[in-house]
Amino acid sequence: MSDTSRSIPDRLQSPLERRLKSWETLLLAVAVAIFIVNSFTSPYFLNAWNLSDMTFNFTEKAMIAFAMALLIIAGEIDLSVASIIALASTAMGAAVQLGVGTPGLVLIGLGVGLLCGAFNGFLVTRMGLPSIVVTIGTMSLFRGISYIVLGDQAYRGYPSDFAFFGQGYVFWVISFEFVLFACLALIYFVLLHKTNFGRAVYAIGNNAVGAEFSGIRVARVKFILFLLTGLMSGVAAICLTSRLASTRPSIAVGWELEIVTMVVLGGVNILGGSGSIPGVVIAAFVMGLVTFGLGLLNVPGIVMSIVIGALLIGVIALPRLWENWRMQAAKR
Amino acid sequence: MPKNILMSREVLLTGAIALLLAIIASRFPAFIAPTNLANVFNDTAPLILLAIGQMIVILTRCIDLSVAANLALTGMVVAMINVAMPGLPVPVIIVISIGFGALLGVINGVLVWKLAIPPIVVTLGTMTIFRGTIFLLSDGKWVNSHEFSDSFKAFPRTEFLGLPLMSWIAIAAVLLFTLVMSRTTLGRAFYAAGGNPHAATYAGIDVGKTQFWAFTISGALAGLTGYLWVSRFAVAFVDLAGGFELNVVAACVIGGVAIMGGIGTVFGAMLGSLFLGIISNALPVVNISPFWQLAISGGAIIIAVILNAQANRDKGRIILKRAEQAT
Repeated sequence: MSDTSRSIPDRLQSPLERRLKSWETLLLAVAVAIFIVNSFTSPYFLNAWNLSDMTFNFTEKAMIAFAMALLIIAGEIDLSVASIIALASTAMGAAVQLGVGTPGLVLIGLGVGLLCGAFNGFLVTRMGLPSIVVTIGTMSLFRGISYIVLGDQAYRGYPSDFAFFGQGYVFWVISFEFVLFACLALIYFVLLHKTNFGRAVYAIGNNAVGAEFSGIRVARVKFILFLLTGLMSGVAAICLTSRLASTRPSIAVGWELEIVTMVVLGGVNILGGSGSIPGVVIAAFVMGLVTFGLGLLNVPGIVMSIVIGALLIGVIALPRLWENWRMQAAKR
Repeated sequence: MPKNILMSREVLLTGAIALLLAIIASRFPAFIAPTNLANVFNDTAPLILLAIGQMIVILTRCIDLSVAANLALTGMVVAMINVAMPGLPVPVIIVISIGFGALLGVINGVLVWKLAIPPIVVTLGTMTIFRGTIFLLSDGKWVNSHEFSDSFKAFPRTEFLGLPLMSWIAIAAVLLFTLVMSRTTLGRAFYAAGGNPHAATYAGIDVGKTQFWAFTISGALAGLTGYLWVSRFAVAFVDLAGGFELNVVAACVIGGVAIMGGIGTVFGAMLGSLFLGIISNALPVVNISPFWQLAISGGAIIIAVILNAQANRDKGRIILKRAEQAT
C-alpha cells in the first residue's frame, strides 16, 4: 500500500452512506449475538434489574463519546476527558465542604467541564497546536491539579438529593442516567445529521482547508466541539460522582481509552471525515454487553481490557484485511 | 539553517536545566553534589532509553503509547524466566529482553505498515493487550525480590568507572543512536519519512517500512529497559511503570521533538528526560508534595509544545524573508 492512498482515503469507490449503514447493521448483529450468547451462558443475565445495572457500564462513557465522535470526525481528539471528570469531581467535592447545595454542585461540575474544554480549545484553535499533544498535556495537568488538592484523601458527604443523578430511577428499572443517555443521543443525532453545524463538522474532517475556503469558520467550529466535549465530561462527572458518592483523584482513570474505543468501534474514522451517532450508540451497547457478560462469568477486569484492546484493533484491521484481499482477488 | 535553530533549542533547554539546578542549589546545595547528580542521571536512565525510541517513532509521524506496557510485559517475562532458570547468565537475559521487546514492537510496526491503521489506535490497543497479557502470565501475582537470582539483580548496579552500568547503558544508547540518526541511511530515512512522506516516497524511501523499523527500535529499547527496571527495583507486577508512556512523550516534546514529525535529536530527547528527572528528584528535596509531579509534567508539556510551535513559525518567516531578499 503506497503512502498516497493512506493520506487521501479513496471514498469515491464505495458510497459513504451505504458503507456506513452496512457497518451499523453488522455492529447491531454483533450486539444481538452477544446478547443471545450472554443469556445462554449466565442464568443471571436475563433479569430486568441486572440489565438495568448493565447500562451503568456505558452510559457515562457514552455521553462523552457522543461529543468525542464529533471531535474525531472533525479531525481532532481529546485525551483529557477522564482528567476533566477528575477535576470537575474534585471541584464539586471541595464545594460540598463549603456547604454548597445540589444546584450549585451541578453548575460547578458543568462550569469546570466547560472551562477545561475552553482551555483545550484555546490551545488547539488559537495557538494552532496539535490536539493530541495538547490533550496529553492537559490530561496530566487536570488530573495533576486533583492530586495537588486531594493527595491521598477523598471527598465525601455529598447531599442526599445529589444522589439522584447517578442512583435515581425515573420509571421502574429505567434509571435517570439511561434517560439522560437517550436524550443526549437524540440531541447529538440531530446536531450531527440534521444541522448545518453537523455538515460543517464533516466538511472540516474531510478537508479543513477546503472548508475554510467554503466559508466555514473552522477554528470556531473546532472550539465549540472542544467546549462540548468538556461540557459532556462535566455531565459525566456529575453522574459518576453522584453514583460513587465520593471523589478520589484516581476517579475514571483510563476512561479516555474506552471512550475512544467506543467511538472507533462505532464506525467513526479515526482520521476524521466519517462516522455516525447511531453507530456510537450501538457500540456503547456492544461494549456494555461484553463487559457485563464477562463480569457475570467472573472474568477479571484486566482480561476484559484485553478484549476491548483487541476489539479496537480488530474492528479497524478486519475491514482493511478484507479490502486488501478483495483487491488482490480482483487483480487476478 | 534548521540546524542552527535545533542547536539553539538545545542550548535553551540546557540553560533551563542549569537555571533549575541553580534555583534548587540556592536552597539545597547538596543537590548539585556530583554523587547526587550521578544518582539523578541513573534514576533518569530508563526515561532516556525510552525517550530515544519514542523520538524515532515520533520523527516518522507516529506515536507509541505501548512503551510502558511493553516494558512491564518484557520485565515480567524475563523475571519469570529468571525464577524458572536462575542459572541463565545475565547477557542471555539481556538478549532475550531486547528480542522480546523488539517482537512486541514488530506487532505495532506490522499493524501500522501492512494494514495502515493509525498508530495511536494500534498502540492504545496493544497497550491494554500487553497489560492484560501480564495478568494472564502472572495470574496477577508479584515476582518479589527474594525470588530473583543475585546476578540478575546485581547487573544494573555494578559500578564501572564510578557510574552504575545502568547509566553507562543510557550513555551508550545516546552515542549509538546519535550515530545511527546522523550517519546511516535508515537514520536519515526516519527524518525524511516524517519531514515529508510524499517527497520521501519519490526519493525511494518506503515510508511504511521506515515506520515499522521505528516501532521495532522503540520496542527493543522498551524491552531492554524492562529488564533494567525489574532488576533495579527487584520487583515485577502488572501495573509496573503504569502511565509512564506519558512521561516518555513529555520528555520528547520538552526535548524539542516535533509531534508532526521530522524534527528532533537524540540529544534533545536526553535533555528533555533529564529536565523531568531533575524535577521528580528535586520535589522531595525542596519539600514539595510528590502529588505535584503530575501537574508539573502536564504544564511542562504544554509550555514545551507552545515553544516548539513558536520555533517552527520563526523558521517559516525566515525562509520567507530570504525568499524576499532573493527576488
